Amino acid sequence: METAMTTTSAHNWDHNVVLSVEHLTMRFGGLVAVNDLSFNVGRGDITALIGPNGAGKTTVFNCVTGFYKPTEGRIAMRHGAGLQADRIEALTRTGRQFDDDGDNRVFLLERMPDFEISKRAKVARTFQNIRLFGGMTALENLLVAQHNPLMIASSMTIGGILNLPGYRKARAEAIDFAAYWLEKTGLIDRADDPAADLPYGAQRRLEIARAMCIRPHLLCLDEPAAGLNPRESTELNELLQYIRRDHDTSILLIEHDMGVVMEISDHVVVLDYGQKIADGSAEDVKNDPKVISAYLGVDEDEVAAVEESIDMPVIHHAKKPSENGEGGQP
Amino acid sequence: MTTAPSTARMADSVKDAAIAALLVAVLGFFFLALRTDIGTGGLDLTTRWGLWFIAIAITFGVRLALNLFVFKAARPVTRGIKVTAPAGLTSFVGRFLGPFLLILALCLPFLLMALFPNRDRQFIDLAILIMTYVMLGWGLNIVVGLAGLLDLGYVAFYAVGAYSFALLAQYFEIGFWTAVPLAGLLAALWGIILGYPVLRLRGDYLAIVTLAFGEIIRVVLLNWYDFTGGPDGISGIPKPSFFGLDFSRTGGFAEFFGLDYDSIHRFIYLYYIILVLALITNFVTLRLRKLPIGRAWEALREDEIACRSLGINTTNTKLTAFSIGAMFAGFAGSFFATRQGFISPESFTFLESAIILAIVVLGGLGSQVGVVIASVVMIGGIEVLRNLGFLKEIFGPDFEPTQYRMLIFGLAMVLIMVWKPRGIISSRNPSAVYKERKKISSDMVAQGEGH
Repeated sequence: METAMTTTSAHNWDHNVVLSVEHLTMRFGGLVAVNDLSFNVGRGDITALIGPNGAGKTTVFNCVTGFYKPTEGRIAMRHGAGLQADRIEALTRTGRQFDDDGDNRVFLLERMPDFEISKRAKVARTFQNIRLFGGMTALENLLVAQHNPLMIASSMTIGGILNLPGYRKARAEAIDFAAYWLEKTGLIDRADDPAADLPYGAQRRLEIARAMCIRPHLLCLDEPAAGLNPRESTELNELLQYIRRDHDTSILLIEHDMGVVMEISDHVVVLDYGQKIADGSAEDVKNDPKVISAYLGVDEDEVAAVEESIDMPVIHHAKKPSENGEGGQP
Repeated sequence: MTTAPSTARMADSVKDAAIAALLVAVLGFFFLALRTDIGTGGLDLTTRWGLWFIAIAITFGVRLALNLFVFKAARPVTRGIKVTAPAGLTSFVGRFLGPFLLILALCLPFLLMALFPNRDRQFIDLAILIMTYVMLGWGLNIVVGLAGLLDLGYVAFYAVGAYSFALLAQYFEIGFWTAVPLAGLLAALWGIILGYPVLRLRGDYLAIVTLAFGEIIRVVLLNWYDFTGGPDGISGIPKPSFFGLDFSRTGGFAEFFGLDYDSIHRFIYLYYIILVLALITNFVTLRLRKLPIGRAWEALREDEIACRSLGINTTNTKLTAFSIGAMFAGFAGSFFATRQGFISPESFTFLESAIILAIVVLGGLGSQVGVVIASVVMIGGIEVLRNLGFLKEIFGPDFEPTQYRMLIFGLAMVLIMVWKPRGIISSRNPSAVYKERKKISSDMVAQGEGH
């Protein structure tokens, strides 16, 4: 089934790739958390990475965003269109971290330190357990995300101390940009409130707004819908659709809420025990017996019997957001 | 309210007070009621029933009063003490305290000369000392208060600044005004050299290694006899000149301006030098807080991992905080050297680091005005205790108040920490405002590493 999909090449993620993970392996001592995993994230797609608890989803995230150094494998990020296989091969041989060619850059993320991945490769991320700057206001949180351009505008602080007009202008623009995202996430009325004071759902949205303030090409969301009520979940779907559509940002997300996954994902990658067991459109994956069996925790041939006995569409209820105690948080 | 609860309350209170009195009676029997003296052929036993009864009565009375009016009262009389000042007053004080302190600081030497004509030298000297600690507190506030890096070896950079000036003056005959920037730069350089390996550590480990570095610098200064003079220190450090004019009896400042020579001129001048240095520290810190670098420091204090996910180079950001903090300590150090005229490693012990850190923590992490208040209370407080001569008249001529000053001081610190656990001024001012400036309560602000 998988081979049939790749050979047809009808999918966006086969030829218009923003991120490709190739033969990624991550070992912690004797434990193989991710084993020879390869998948692509299509430009402009919403790609979901799903799988039962402990399948290695967050580990993949931490490898992509540089918080872990992968044991083996290549993670290539492209700012320009197309596969650019030749350039990436050439870059791999040089030992350099990225190939700078105007707007058409390619990056090998497994070689870059975490902050460079965000700063240069423009891969933003959120965290499963929200990591906001609690004592700083919502606005300040978004300004911290614009640190690097503001540092340049303040000529590495010297122009800022002298309060030169160039810096004043950049600062005003940064506040406007932050206000734009606060508006989009419905937090503009709470711009001057400390982040720790916001309700849970608002904190999740603020984290997404903060990630968007680095102007990412790829936005990685670790369980964005965890702990949200149905209305907030719907709003989140709309926000993600908007980000993808109007901001030229591809989205890679880990999610347990199958409602969110099936509704918004163009492409679903399923992991189990660190290996890919399915890769395709939401519809294909939903009906894949391997996926169903992995979620039920039974052998493939017993799936039909189990499904019959519980008499409900299993995937929807296999996981609840509250259960997702994923290991390996940075 | 009926009388029933109040009678019950009375009965409870009396019972409780009686129990307390009984305890004192039992415990005090051997200590108060009986007294043994070495007599002929053994011990003599004297009884002091009066003292014993007085102790019991005092316990009963105080306990009863406490029960009635505090512990078991419907409206404890102490309730009013807990209530903070009304909001209007707080914001009024908040707005005008800074400018008021600034004006006071600017006029202080002349106020002191007018108010205490006989002791003005002593008081101006004390003001200089306090201002030095204000500056050190502001410098350390960058590292501990903003960036959240617990630095227990801050005095090392103070020492680097002081020795830089002293050695530059000794070997190259460089004057104060040339040496100040050099001392600051050298201290900042040492901040980077020490910081680079150290700042990879986190929390308690960082605190311990900075403590060790502070001691290493002192021990090197102590043992490198050929270069630094070791325990003998360096003397004859030049005094600062006023645009080339010395504060000497002839041909100096007084003569040039047609004034009568008075040694106080030099003290006033020193006071204004440290005031200007401290104000520069304050201005730069306040400015940096509103710049991306300052925001990154505070973000680092809140969550380092989130910082890295947003593209902030945390090592460099920590290093800038460390070296800028060190630079201000270097400035203060060179001032210290010129004020004293003599320095030795004894002036740069761990106790100094602890006092500066205590000033920052007492004042409230990240608060500039808090540091000023804490410096005045701590440094000024110690000096006031030195001068409590009237206590001798109460407790007799053998009473030495200075012996108790650390005790009183410790008690005061415990009390402040109970009353305001996050320091005297414990709210945070946001660095950027969209519509309305709101103070952020300290409960939400993270304290950073090692706290």
